[in-house]
Amino acid sequence: MSKEKIKISEALYDIMPPEYQDMVEDATYGNQDRGWKDIGESKELIEQHSLCAGCPESIAFRYILASLPAPEDTVFVGSTGCTSLVFPHVAVHNIHSLFGNQNAVASGLKRALKIRFPDVEKDVVVLAGDGATVDIGLDYTMQSWFRGEKFTTICFDNELYANTGGQESGLMQKGFVAKMAPVGKLFDKVRLPEIARESGCHYVACMTVSKPNRVEKVLKNAILVAREFGPTYIQLYTPCILEIGKQSMEGLDEMKDSEAIGGRFVFKEYMTDEVKEFLKQKDAEEKDRKKAAKLAAKAAATA
Amino acid sequence: MNKPVDFQKRELKGYSNVQIGEKSKYKDTQTYTDPSFLFNEAEATPAFMTGSEVIREAIKRANIDLSVAYPITPQSEAAALIGELYAEGYMGDYFRGENEFGVMSQCAGAAFGGARVFTTTAGPGTLRAFENFPMWSGARLPIQVCVTMRGVNSPLSIQPDTMEAYFLLETGMLVWHAETAQDLFDWILKGYIVAEMPDVHLPIAVCCDGFFVTHTKDTVVLPDEKYCLPPYDPYRSPVPCMDMECPPVRMMRDPFVMKSNYISYMTQASWQLEVRAAIERSRKHTKALIGDLIECENTDNEIVMIASGTAVSQSREAIRLLGLEGINVGLIKIKTLRPFPHEEITEALKNAKKIFVPEFNVAGWLAREIRAVIPNNERVVCGPHVAGGMTMPSEVIADEIKKAMGMKVSGMTARG
Repeated sequence: MSKEKIKISEALYDIMPPEYQDMVEDATYGNQDRGWKDIGESKELIEQHSLCAGCPESIAFRYILASLPAPEDTVFVGSTGCTSLVFPHVAVHNIHSLFGNQNAVASGLKRALKIRFPDVEKDVVVLAGDGATVDIGLDYTMQSWFRGEKFTTICFDNELYANTGGQESGLMQKGFVAKMAPVGKLFDKVRLPEIARESGCHYVACMTVSKPNRVEKVLKNAILVAREFGPTYIQLYTPCILEIGKQSMEGLDEMKDSEAIGGRFVFKEYMTDEVKEFLKQKDAEEKDRKKAAKLAAKAAATA
Repeated sequence: MNKPVDFQKRELKGYSNVQIGEKSKYKDTQTYTDPSFLFNEAEATPAFMTGSEVIREAIKRANIDLSVAYPITPQSEAAALIGELYAEGYMGDYFRGENEFGVMSQCAGAAFGGARVFTTTAGPGTLRAFENFPMWSGARLPIQVCVTMRGVNSPLSIQPDTMEAYFLLETGMLVWHAETAQDLFDWILKGYIVAEMPDVHLPIAVCCDGFFVTHTKDTVVLPDEKYCLPPYDPYRSPVPCMDMECPPVRMMRDPFVMKSNYISYMTQASWQLEVRAAIERSRKHTKALIGDLIECENTDNEIVMIASGTAVSQSREAIRLLGLEGINVGLIKIKTLRPFPHEEITEALKNAKKIFVPEFNVAGWLAREIRAVIPNNERVVCGPHVAGGMTMPSEVIADEIKKAMGMKVSGMTARG
C-alpha cells in the first residue's frame, strides 16, 4: 500500500473520524527511520487499548507497531486472548480467525500475498499469547517452522492464560500455583526458544519489553531475516500483573527483575552464521543511509 | 432480494480484473474464458475416468491460486493429482498441511490474502477441520472444499456415509451434493462462480459420496483444456481483503467479545442472519448455472422418492424395477442442501401420498429436513437408509417401498 491509498477525498475530509485524519496527516507509513521514539510525537498505529491499566502487553504493542519496518505492507495474524482485544484498534490489516491456528493462517496468507504481489515484500507477522503459541497452537507453530514459512512469530509470554482468568499454561514456571494448577505446576516452563532454534527458525530472541531500543532492534532483525531466510521467533515477557498480584505501576519492575542475571528472561538471541553476516551488512547499509541523509539535510539547510 | 430472473437470458459477466481471452497467469496454454461460454458453448469431448480424476480435470480449468492437501481416504488421490497439476504449473502454490484443522486454517489465510483456494477432505478430516467452517463463512471467504464423504464412527470406517453433510448444514456454507461425476466436474467450476459473487461471497462444500463417486469410473463431458475460469477478484467482496492495499480502518471502538450488551448481541445476530441471507441470495446465481435446485421426474405419482447424491441413482434404478411390476413412483433429486430448496420440494410433493427418503446414513437426516418444511409431513417415511458403508441395492429400496405399501415381498429383505 502506498500512502496515496489512505488519502482522503477533500470533499469528505471534514466528516472523517479524527483518528483517520491524524493517520493520513501524521502516521509514519513509508518513513524509513520510524521506530519506538516516534511514540508520542507522531500518530501511533494503535488507538486506545482495552487492556488492564499498566499492562506490559500494551506497551509491547506500541513498541512493535512503532518499529515495524514497513507497516504499509504488513499484515498481522493474531489469535484469541488479550492480544485479540487490541487488534481492532490497530491501523494495519490484521486477522483473527480462531484460537491456536495463527501460524497456519499466516502460512496461507504469506503464500497468497507472495503469489499476488511477486514484486512487493508483504510482511506477515504473527502475534499471539503463550497459550495460543505453545499449547493449543503448538502443532501449527512448529509445523510452520519445519516448512520454513517466511514470516515472524511473536509470542507475548505472560506465563498463563490471562484472558480466561489466570489458568496454567505450558510457559508457566514450575511450581506456580494457578487456576488448573491447584498444587502448583508440575512440569518445567516449555523451552520454546530452544525448540524454535531446532525447528528451523533462523533468528530467535527471548527477552522482556523493558528496553524499547532492544525491542525495536530485535523486531526489525526478525522481520528482515524472515523476508530473506525463513521463520523467525521472538518471545517477549509481558507479565500479567493482575494474575501475579502486582500493582499497575509494577510491570516494569517485574520485567527488570526477571531479566537480571540468573533470571528466566535474561536476553537471549540466536541466529545462524549466515544471518549474522546478513544483519551485519544490513546494519552497515543502514548506517551509510543515515549518514547520507544527514549530509543531505545539512546541505539542504545551508543551500 | 430474490427477484425472478430469466435464467435463459441471464449473462455471467466477465470479471473486470482481467480481459477475457487473455493468457492465464499460470499456464500460458490456457486463456481466461467467459464462464457462460466455458459451460455452454466451448468444444467438449466425453472422457471415461474416476471421480478423483474428474476433480483434477475441474481444478485444471478452475484457475485456482493455491491448494492445501492432506491425506485421508477417499480423497487422497484427488489431493495428490492436484499436486501434479501444481508441478505442471496450473496454480501458484500447493503444499501438504499438518492435519485438517491446519489445512483449513491455511486455506483461510490464503483466502484472507485474496487467493482462490481449493482443498479436499473426508469423514474424520471434515470433523477435525470443523471449527474452521463457521469461521470461513463468518469471514466471508469463498473457499471451495470438495468433501468426499465417508463414515465418521468408531470402530474405524472408511466406507461411504453421508453424516458429515448433515454436520455441515448449519456452518453458513453453501452445501451442494453431487450425484454423478458430471455433477462433480460442473459444480466445482460453477461453485466458484456462485461462491465468489459479491452478494454471496461464502465458502462452498461440493460434496460427493466417497468411493461411489471418487473411485468408480464414469463418463464426463469435458470442455477443452485450453479454457479456464477468469481469476478471482478479491476486491469484489463484501469485506476488505487483508493485503494492506486498502486503508486499515479502525474496525470498532471495543471488540464485541468484550461487551455483554445489546449492541454487541445485535451485531453478532445480524451478521449471522446476513450469512444465512447470503446463502438464500445464492439461489438466483445457482439456478442460472445448474438449473433448478431440484430435478423432478413423474412427481404427479402418489409415491415419490426424494434423495441427494448417489442415493438418487439407486432410487432411479429402484423406480425402474418397480415400474416393471406396474408400480409407478416419482423421483426428486436434491442438488443443493444449502440453500435448501424448501419451496420447490413443497410444490413438487403437493400430490404425493407417500414419500420415501433413501439415505446412506444412520440418522435419516434428509428425511428430517424434508419433514421440517413440507405440510402433512406424516407422508414422509424416514428411509430406507443404510449405514456403516453398506450398499443400498435398488432391490432393497424397491422392497422397502412395497413393504411400506402393504405389498408382499420376497427374498432377504422380506425377513425384515
